[in-house]
Amino acid sequence: MTPRKHQPVVGQARPHKGRAWILGGSVMAVIVASPLLAIAWIALFPSENIWPHLASTILPRHSWNTLLLMIGNGIGVFIIGSSTAWLVATSDFPGRRIFEWALLLPLAVPAYIVAFVYTDILEFAGPVQGLLRDIFGWQTKRDYWFPEIRSMGGANFVMSFVLYPYVYLLARAAFREQSASVLEASRTLGRGAWKTFFTVALPLSRPAIVVGTALALMETLADFGTVDYFAVNTLTVSVFDVWFGMGNAGGAAQIALVMLAFVVVLVSLERIGRRDRRYHNTSTRHTSSRFQLLGARRWLATILCGLPILIGFLIPAGVLTRHAIVFFDESWNAAFFGFARNSLMLATMAAAVALAIAVFLAYGRRLSNPFFGMLSRIALLGYAVPGAVLAVGVLIPFATLDNAVDGLMRDWFGVSTGLILSGTVFALVFAYVVRFLAVGFGAVEASLGKIQPSMDMAARSLGAGPSRTLWRIHLPMIRGSLIAAATIVFVDSMKELPATLILRPFNFDTLATHVYQFASDELLEQSALSALTIVIAGIVPVILLSRAITNVQSQRRGAPSIGAIPTLTPAVPAAGAGD
Amino acid sequence: MRFQHGLLAAIGLTAALTSSPALAAEQAAINKGEVNVYSYRQPFLIQPMFDAFTRKSGVKVNVVFAKKGLVERLEQEGRNSPADLIFTVDIGRLSDAQNAGVTQSVSTPILTGVIPQSLRQSDGHWYGLTQRARILYVSKDRVPLDDAPKSYEELADPNWKGRICTRSGSHVYQVALTAAMIAHHGEARAKDWLSGLKANLARKPQGNDRAQVKAIKEGECDISLGNNYYFGLMLQNEEQFAWAQSVYPVFPTLAGNGTHVNISGMAMTKASPNKENTVKLMEFLTSNLAQQMYAEQNFEYPIAEGVPQSGLLRSMGKLKPDTLELDKVAENRPMAIKLINEVGYND
Repeated sequence: MTPRKHQPVVGQARPHKGRAWILGGSVMAVIVASPLLAIAWIALFPSENIWPHLASTILPRHSWNTLLLMIGNGIGVFIIGSSTAWLVATSDFPGRRIFEWALLLPLAVPAYIVAFVYTDILEFAGPVQGLLRDIFGWQTKRDYWFPEIRSMGGANFVMSFVLYPYVYLLARAAFREQSASVLEASRTLGRGAWKTFFTVALPLSRPAIVVGTALALMETLADFGTVDYFAVNTLTVSVFDVWFGMGNAGGAAQIALVMLAFVVVLVSLERIGRRDRRYHNTSTRHTSSRFQLLGARRWLATILCGLPILIGFLIPAGVLTRHAIVFFDESWNAAFFGFARNSLMLATMAAAVALAIAVFLAYGRRLSNPFFGMLSRIALLGYAVPGAVLAVGVLIPFATLDNAVDGLMRDWFGVSTGLILSGTVFALVFAYVVRFLAVGFGAVEASLGKIQPSMDMAARSLGAGPSRTLWRIHLPMIRGSLIAAATIVFVDSMKELPATLILRPFNFDTLATHVYQFASDELLEQSALSALTIVIAGIVPVILLSRAITNVQSQRRGAPSIGAIPTLTPAVPAAGAGD
Repeated sequence: MRFQHGLLAAIGLTAALTSSPALAAEQAAINKGEVNVYSYRQPFLIQPMFDAFTRKSGVKVNVVFAKKGLVERLEQEGRNSPADLIFTVDIGRLSDAQNAGVTQSVSTPILTGVIPQSLRQSDGHWYGLTQRARILYVSKDRVPLDDAPKSYEELADPNWKGRICTRSGSHVYQVALTAAMIAHHGEARAKDWLSGLKANLARKPQGNDRAQVKAIKEGECDISLGNNYYFGLMLQNEEQFAWAQSVYPVFPTLAGNGTHVNISGMAMTKASPNKENTVKLMEFLTSNLAQQMYAEQNFEYPIAEGVPQSGLLRSMGKLKPDTLELDKVAENRPMAIKLINEVGYND
């Protein structure tokens, strides 16, 4: 046993076993990163150098738009997510118990569908402007001014109200976990609720809020559906134009690398945000008493928390429901069940696989060194890559492998194996995993990080190997986060569209592709039932998620310093005995 | 330990799902001589023709639809690609596919007999199936018929400042029109035209062709560019009927020649595993029956001689197509996109 220098590293008890784990993790990380590496490869060796043209025409403008969109969305999700999380976590007001989970609901609605719905409502022919015209006697657009929904502002509006749950989810947990003593100390020292929020709670929750915001901004960066519909020309739009319009994969991949610069900034922000995390919870006596809001403030809190749900969920879901009822007879048929089955199947598989890999990588990081850390970071970049680009990135290694196997089989045995993986459900699941691994990984890593290394050491000194320690000790301790991670990957996979379109097998539709087929022709009404089903399928896990987190928290609350000890105690001797 | 048991169950469930019928079904499709199509067109527009083909020949047609990335998918899949046929909505994708080397030349007396030479690739790498004209939709209320532009060139006239709407300049239909402009007038004049047109736009390019007509109805602009068949499709749609009612269609000329037309078309893939049935399908799609379906249901111009246009198409006026070869349009597309970027058309 040679102890390493810096932080306590837990893979020391049996170096050879830990090494196998790290090797496996590295292979996995490389596989997951392969589509991204393929894109980088294309960027380095373009067929025709189009860079000077791009740099002198669309690139500056589109980079600027991307930056504006990210700043706007960042501010939007921060304000909505952290304010609602603070209210729900620390105060008492009418409806709080419902808001606790209902604030997550917008997560279930695909952004592009929200964009369609608000365009219908807020555009010239929509009910809002119609009413205004009736009241004031205006006739045409030239008679009055009304904010244009198809604009940067519109995109900020829609995306903020769909993406804030990322911040809310993490910020709420952070606020709940803050030891009550800190907040109480602040209040006894004479600070009001506001001052406590800004000077104590917010800085302490910085890691969670930064991580949530970074996730929301990665989604922003990768989004094509919403910005395309709103005619906001971001870098994603130029990637699409250059690749699928000009047929210049190299140029597109180069722009994708520019986008990567944005990601690097985000990831560094995230890392800075997490840096001091480990030393936070010296006392785990959680906030048990809530601020009792009085009088008008109570209702103000209710309205503040109700608004995001109304805008991000109730209105879009309501509009979809109305359309779904009107078109119910045409939509409710055998084909619909096929779409629903495909969606559920893919999303379940993606969630399971992503979770497994996330655990593997996160645990590998716990056991290992900075090199593995970097490798696993690369594997997470898929989250910020637009779906269609990622799809082509997935095609490259898959088809290469398939064709290589086929070539060998033809040479050796004279039989063709054809495409084994390309164009199958497997390729789709893989794409989802690459795309959404970051979300699952973030949740798993964060909660693994909260388990003291002394746990590992105790288990290992009792004879359990790394795998056994993970299985008997870590997994049960972090089950809340596992469920959270799986849920988010599930919901995101249900909503995924561009990669699904390109990679899917023949005659294969998911709810999302079915919706798209009609929505892209401005005929959303006819596929509203499918759209609504995506939303409903997302609600159930979202509610489960919220409950799971609340349960874990209430179990931990009141337990002495390390909350999960009761689960651990029986596990350790068993692990030792079985080895 | 209950949690670990749940975890094991979930893993088992996933394994079971992975081996579910969906995978088997798609493998079978490749083997039984069925025709596999990669389509840039929405399935609900072409499914009736495929169904008719299946009824007639007993051969099933399988479809993957996406608006982007299918040529790239073919490129990667290489010689093992299961796809037999590519379906596109414009000339650009057909020539992209040919340039990417994923098509093969095919030629039969029926195909070359029915499809005019100008609407197919000379070696048979792609064939047009229908023609669609890029026309003007002009406000009935605000532009007297006599004052409406007679040519695409006039759209750049400062008269129309703040009165024109189009979709994104990078869309294949706009790119093809710009490419035709380059082919007729050369790069410099085409660029001037684009700048002039951009200066006349009432709003930033957005939405699809129908959305531009809607904007005319709502008073945001007076003239829009759009494909001809949307007129019929809008008239059929309860909500969009009023949009179509607010405009009249105008067939402008390009370089005094005729109206810019594009094609929807097909190309046999290089790796096509079921060549024989694929040719059958290609020939069927040029038959009078299929051509008539295109004309009646989608309001496109049939390419087969003697197949009547739909009543609505005839009522819209006579189409005199630009005689420019589509090859020339395809050739100038990269330049067109560059010009569109240079004048910042979409900003």
